[in-house]
Amino acid sequence: MEAVHFDNVRYSYREEGGEYAVNGVTLTVREGEFVAVLGRNGSGKSTLAKLINALLEPTSGTVTVFGMDTLDEKKTFEIRKNAGMVFQNPDNQTVASIVEDDVAFGPENIGLPREEIGKRIDFALKAVGMEQFRHATPSRLSGGQKQRIAIAGVLAILPKIMILDESTAMLDPKGRREVMEVVRRLNKEQGMTVILITHFMEEALQADRAIVMHNGEVVMDGAPEEIFARSEELESYNLTLPRAAYICKKLQEAGMSVGNAFTAEELAEEICGSLQKG
Amino acid sequence: MMNDVTFGQYYPAKSFVHSMDPRAKIVLSIAYIVAIFLANNFFGLAAVTLFLVIAVAFSRVPAGSVLRSVKMILFVIVFTAVLNLFFYSSSDELHVLVKWWVITISWESIINMIFLAMRLFLLVLGTSVLTLTTTPVALTDGIESLLTPLKWIRFPVHELALIMSIALRFIPTLIDETNRIVSAQKARGANFETGGLIKRAKAMIPVLVPLLVSAFRRAEDLGDAMDARCYSGSKGRTKYKKLTFGWRDAIGLLLLAGLITGVVFLNIYFGGKFAILNYFL
Repeated sequence: MEAVHFDNVRYSYREEGGEYAVNGVTLTVREGEFVAVLGRNGSGKSTLAKLINALLEPTSGTVTVFGMDTLDEKKTFEIRKNAGMVFQNPDNQTVASIVEDDVAFGPENIGLPREEIGKRIDFALKAVGMEQFRHATPSRLSGGQKQRIAIAGVLAILPKIMILDESTAMLDPKGRREVMEVVRRLNKEQGMTVILITHFMEEALQADRAIVMHNGEVVMDGAPEEIFARSEELESYNLTLPRAAYICKKLQEAGMSVGNAFTAEELAEEICGSLQKG
Repeated sequence: MMNDVTFGQYYPAKSFVHSMDPRAKIVLSIAYIVAIFLANNFFGLAAVTLFLVIAVAFSRVPAGSVLRSVKMILFVIVFTAVLNLFFYSSSDELHVLVKWWVITISWESIINMIFLAMRLFLLVLGTSVLTLTTTPVALTDGIESLLTPLKWIRFPVHELALIMSIALRFIPTLIDETNRIVSAQKARGANFETGGLIKRAKAMIPVLVPLLVSAFRRAEDLGDAMDARCYSGSKGRTKYKKLTFGWRDAIGLLLLAGLITGVVFLNIYFGGKFAILNYFL
């Protein structure tokens, strides 16, 4: 089933036309898919994310979430219930001073009864592996932990789609791994549709599909391996290959007979294989 | 970084006072303040002090943490006390000790100074017991609940409570931010330590401007995040934390009613604060 559909969507931050941050995007995300959206700063990838849950309304074209038009104000609430969004800065999306109160914020907003909210908090904190921090203060947690709490806050609403708008950009490598691990698990185990906005190429490898944006347009769309195989094209959009893929490409150029590899593990295997043969 | 801001900082513990209903604690604190200002002699203040000591004992908050809250306003207390010592004037006949220029020190002004300082101490200590034993969230929930009647005159009670809890939640974040900006400006050669008051105040401008700008950006982000989590005002909203008035609260309120009655009796029995002078002079 179609989870999100963009039909020739344009969006401009300025009232009268001008530059389009999103320029004629047509795109479909199916339910259960894990899509990574790549692009350099200002490529329109964050704008794309905000168009999905009606934080922004398209200047022209239509965005639908499970068939609901984001321009229909009566559907806004329902759309946001279905499409949860985690933002970049963990400090700026926490509402309360206690973890459980913060996770409860979403369920409270959609008017759930108390017992149900309690269950949702249990579920959400367990899903992100933060049960033992239920009564902690977010400001004393690490970046990765804060971001997992933010994910729990969104999960507690039980959305079908999770949008992560550069949610790992401000984290250290450990925090980034923690968050990515949670996201991947949600996608695989709960069948959650994930739209991951990022500029870390390595993260895109965990997705089923990668979309590259450039100047507000979708310029590449396919399996991550497929996208990274077209390295010259990628470079023309100011994006680089994942480090392992880059090393692999250089080895190939230097004449070593290694197959395409994208992660460090794959690369190690390819090199071993090549060495054994030779 | 946050160590010197005990005022308004929650001390986590499991105790009689911690598990009281925040509404009861707020009402108690207000009544306690009333008792402080109702007392017009030292016996009354002693009764209030006794109540405070009991409250601290049952809160399991170390006395040191409670006392630390005074540190922040110690200067204010000393300042007002000194002013009162030098410039106390009354229509009563004064037992003057020193008279020089516009300054008059008398037995009465000394008594008055001690009395005032005690009142301020008790005030700060008492209110810090409230904030030490009640989470900011519970505090705002309590205030929201107590202000509910104002909804009848369309006063935005829920919005006010939310604004308060968000403000409290952002205090540590903004303090961290301030420290970061100060370090950044120091690294570029800004000088915050030397110079007169005006020079130092001016040196704070390059800190305050970026702080304000970032606060606005944070507010915008937070607004988006709240929207994304289906926030749409108080309509149709439920609350996870339910406040319940229990036996502890009843005991607390009874004790305080006893205190106020006691203070009133002591006032009548022993007379004003200067009555004590009759024993010595």
